[in-house]
Amino acid sequence: MSDEGVNSGRRNFLIGATTVVGSAGVVGVAVPFVGSFNPSARTLAAGAPVKIDISKLVPGQILGPIPAWRDKPIFVVKRTAEMLEKLNSENQRLADPESERLQQPEYAKNETRSIKRDVLVLVGLCTHLSCSPKFRPAVEPQDFDENWIGGFYCPCHGSKFDLAGRVYAGVPAPSNLEVPPHFYESDSILVIGEDGGVA
Amino acid sequence: MASIQESFKNVMDWVDDRLPVTETYEKHMSKYYAPKNFNFWYYFGIFAFVVLINQLLTGVWLTMSYNPTGEGAFASVEYIMRDVEYGWMLRYMHSTGASAFFVVIYLHMFRGLMYGSYQKPRELIWLFGMLIYVALMAEGFFGYLLPWGNMSFWGAQVIVSLASAIPFVGEDIAVWVRGDFNMSGVTLNRFFALHVVLVPLVLLVLVVLHILALHEVGSNNPDGVDIKKHVDEDGKPLDGIPFHPFYTIGHDLPGTVIFLFIFCAVMFFYPDGGGYLIEHPNYEPADPLKTPELIAPVWYYTPFYSMLRAATFPLFGLDAKLWGLIVMAGAIAIPFVLPWLDKSPVKSIRYKGMGSKIFLALFVISFFILGYLGTVHPTPNKTLLAQVCTAIYFGYFLLMPWYTSVEKTKPVPERVTMK
Repeated sequence: MSDEGVNSGRRNFLIGATTVVGSAGVVGVAVPFVGSFNPSARTLAAGAPVKIDISKLVPGQILGPIPAWRDKPIFVVKRTAEMLEKLNSENQRLADPESERLQQPEYAKNETRSIKRDVLVLVGLCTHLSCSPKFRPAVEPQDFDENWIGGFYCPCHGSKFDLAGRVYAGVPAPSNLEVPPHFYESDSILVIGEDGGVA
Repeated sequence: MASIQESFKNVMDWVDDRLPVTETYEKHMSKYYAPKNFNFWYYFGIFAFVVLINQLLTGVWLTMSYNPTGEGAFASVEYIMRDVEYGWMLRYMHSTGASAFFVVIYLHMFRGLMYGSYQKPRELIWLFGMLIYVALMAEGFFGYLLPWGNMSFWGAQVIVSLASAIPFVGEDIAVWVRGDFNMSGVTLNRFFALHVVLVPLVLLVLVVLHILALHEVGSNNPDGVDIKKHVDEDGKPLDGIPFHPFYTIGHDLPGTVIFLFIFCAVMFFYPDGGGYLIEHPNYEPADPLKTPELIAPVWYYTPFYSMLRAATFPLFGLDAKLWGLIVMAGAIAIPFVLPWLDKSPVKSIRYKGMGSKIFLALFVISFFILGYLGTVHPTPNKTLLAQVCTAIYFGYFLLMPWYTSVEKTKPVPERVTMK
């Protein structure tokens, strides 16, 4: 075919117009494909708030990991008076002792990171790569820390957290363990996933 | 006899008028001239092809008894292993095949590094090859979740969580990939779809492109000389021999037999490879509440996993977690630009200078060390070693423009040698 007499301006316009419309079409068609990867209505419903009975929780003990909320392990720890006393004794070793980063609801942004002073509620997933840290409450030298005052240790990549879930400096995890939204329906019933209109 | 040959010819003529079968066969097989000096390192492309066929066939057969749900996956793998006739064998063929695939691909890539097979005019072959490698890593990653063992679960958890290192949108991306707030059956189901349909299709297309690009420019060889420079009166390269039957029957077939011997020895006698091919925590069902004491990926990812863990300190205002992601992604991405990093006038390591030899040796050693370190608990000393090896890994690539241009090369012969 000869290119003589081709109106190249018109041809370029048609190529451009077809490309623009075609691209818009591709973007439009991509929407359902991308959207279908989002959590489905059933998954969202399964992520609804859950209630936990903490009446049998003994001081110094951990309830959990419980498959509590959104399939994530939840740690509930009832800290002893001794643990609370030690809690802020080594703040200089922590990366974010004042809980400046948004890893907790406003009502847990205090020196114990909790609503009740003694009861700590955490999402039990390391903020590094989501392994589940181990509860190591004993105040004794550990092979990963000679001056261990009790806390959580992640075996995957060696991140350390204190008994308020606050991360130590110089470990892979970048931030404190997450405190999920929660409130107390009664003295013994803890609701996780909702803040009961407090926040 | 003559009449049978005649009618075969008639049939082929009829087909050839409608589809270029004979022409294609000649172009890619009987008249594709490969250098006559191929050595041991030229087996692995064919082996990769054999393993690919094995993975496709055994994979399809496994899907017939596998159940891609959080509730049923682990039990269905046990069902395959215990109740399905030859199910254990199909599964071991598939799991051994996965490791074998990476063994031969790594050796195939090493061959490319040694003989400069990525250099002009073979840049596209290298790029398609790298895409195949990345697709293969994705395929292995998606597939590893499917048995729904505890290492499947936590290995995938760690890798998907890598996305959350991306500032601002990371957590949303991780949720989008999982389709859930944590790893679950939803994630398993979509990984199954990607593993058995989408990635294999992409892989097959890439393999075709890899071979078409190779056959367009012709194969490199251990001397890195261009065999098309010396041709006979018919235009055939003097140092080339037809791929079929010389390489297919004379080289690749016996090689494949030996390869399959080794493959079968592993498959029948060491299917879990001492915990390296099938990791022991994977004999327990996935438990979202119980992290295994040591999370180690399968051996073929461990060098990159080591590099991820080697990033332990913040730098330039970015935290260590994001650096881990950057270093690991960079380690996978940087070989893509290899053809443009090598400034050497010669292709083969045989004629390159000391610099190339030393750096290639250091590169291989550090890759092995990183591979080992990725399988064990990190200690301060091991982390330091991983950091040194990561530096060497990147140094091999980033310093290549320098050491390949300053080193003294040896003269390249005109024709191939048969040493």
